Amino acid sequence: MSEQIVYALEVFANGLMSGVLYALVALGFVLIYKASGIFNFAQGVMALFAAMTLVGIQNGQVPFAHLINAVLGTHIHHFGWHIHSVLALIFTVGVMILLAVAIQRFVFRHLVGQEPIILFMATIGLAYFLEGFSDLMWNSEIKTLKFCVAEGTCLPQGMNMAIDEAAYNAFGTGFFIDNLDISAAIVAVMLVIALVAFSQYTKQGRAMRAVADDHQAALSVGISLNFIWILVWSVAGFVALVAGIMWGAKSGVQFSLSLIALKALPVLMLGGFTSIPGAIVGGLIIGVGEKMFEYCFGTGQCFGGIINLGGATENWFAYVLALVFLVFRPQGLFGEKIIERV
Amino acid sequence: MLDAGHTDEALLEVNNIEVIYNHVILVLKGVSLSVPKGGITALLGGNGAGKTTTLKAISNLLRSERGDVTKGSIEYRGNNIQDLDPADLVKNGVIQVMEGRHCFEHLTVEENLLTGAYTRTDGKANIQADLEKVYAYFPRLKERRKSQAGYTSGGEQQMVAMGRGLMSKPEMILLDEPSMGLAPQLVEEIFTIVKNLNEQEGVTFLLAEQNTNVALRFANYGYILESGRVVMDGPADELRENPDVKEFYLGMSDEGRKSFRDVRSYRRRKRWLS
Repeated sequence: MSEQIVYALEVFANGLMSGVLYALVALGFVLIYKASGIFNFAQGVMALFAAMTLVGIQNGQVPFAHLINAVLGTHIHHFGWHIHSVLALIFTVGVMILLAVAIQRFVFRHLVGQEPIILFMATIGLAYFLEGFSDLMWNSEIKTLKFCVAEGTCLPQGMNMAIDEAAYNAFGTGFFIDNLDISAAIVAVMLVIALVAFSQYTKQGRAMRAVADDHQAALSVGISLNFIWILVWSVAGFVALVAGIMWGAKSGVQFSLSLIALKALPVLMLGGFTSIPGAIVGGLIIGVGEKMFEYCFGTGQCFGGIINLGGATENWFAYVLALVFLVFRPQGLFGEKIIERV
Repeated sequence: MLDAGHTDEALLEVNNIEVIYNHVILVLKGVSLSVPKGGITALLGGNGAGKTTTLKAISNLLRSERGDVTKGSIEYRGNNIQDLDPADLVKNGVIQVMEGRHCFEHLTVEENLLTGAYTRTDGKANIQADLEKVYAYFPRLKERRKSQAGYTSGGEQQMVAMGRGLMSKPEMILLDEPSMGLAPQLVEEIFTIVKNLNEQEGVTFLLAEQNTNVALRFANYGYILESGRVVMDGPADELRENPDVKEFYLGMSDEGRKSFRDVRSYRRRKRWLS
């Protein structure tokens, strides 16, 4: 097999893996949109906030340190301890649930029955508030995220030697794939299975789907919308946390993490706003699509280089693809069909 | 207070309630009614008379539509229920089956029924037993238990909505317009089931209906609403014989054709009286 085909395969595999990360973010959008009709612009910032909280708790950072120091004139920054990752994860989940309660209590409870555009504007406000709040709480410097289940078994990073070696033996050329991407894919698959199981086979999951279908009817059978929405925001917060860990481990916990939300938009247009499988498949298509497009046409390495756009196609390819989909299939690949009896 | 005409104790008492939507639109202008335990009480009247609003005021679904009860009181078993959530009311045995079915379209028929048991805490075995009971009343639903509710027929959806209500083990069902958009035969079937549920399970019904004829045949007592007021009430068989009801709601007349002038004067007279 020629070296070039192996290289193309490598690009493909890496596209798949980054697609998984897009899908993780898109999932959070889908969950909230399905259950409450709110397009949550703050999903990306939630991922940032979750990752910062995890790192902060793990490293024993004092929350609101700057504020406390400014008011009390002290100089505290760290508690001086280091908390086990899993424990920190549990605490962070708690924080995300608190955040969900607060969002529901202070924002969306007062906006029940408002126009979708108003709800959307509220999430934009929420996004910027949360961004400032996470800076205030954990300060804005770039942090590295190391997530270790036990001593020595951390979220792996760098080239996977086993695959590389196998490829080398078989084709005489190496195959680069990041260990982190592989673990992200495994985690994403588990997360999706868990989410589907939860929504299909539990009472609260059923109630969640019921609320997604018809608010009024859900209310009439005694489902508390308030509780379900808190539940949904908590689940979305958890998904954001997982996405935040993966992206944070990949590129550091910093402000640009919140921009992954923008990458999730084309994924959603492609997969449909209401479909969990759609978010996954959409993410994979976008991930593979942009990498392969860049490889083939961006840098002109396919078909003898007949088309060479000079690179940087990754920035816009996803959006163009989404536009094409909007024209021909507005509800996306897996968008919920509107059931209409004739 | 109007006499319910029953010696039974009143399960629900609505006293002179006034409902305003969006702080400006006055929809109910003083509605009073009393629902005896174990009876079928019908709420009759044309479009926009306030039947649905009355039911929603009782089940407290009104608030999610920006409506408010501004005057009067609603008592269930002697307790004021105006400040209870719909969820609390369901736990207390009052459930509304909404107009236009409102099934959860993407859930299967069986899942729809199970959502009705959301507030119950008496264990899976009891819920399963009640599911079988509902299937016994609505055998058609058992055949279609695995299909998405959105793809079932209008009659089946009405059955799903009623079955879902039953799954909450209610003492009283507020049934809104069960005949809407259904063929006469199906209407008959639905009302027969209502009667059976009433007699065999002891469920109290307060039903809003435009189909005066059917409603008065199955109900014990009826209230007629017109522009947010009760204009007439009485035992169902008396109402059926009332010449005004016959003419205006049943479309029958003993006196041949009437001119429109008489119609108008009737309405005016009725408003002044109420």
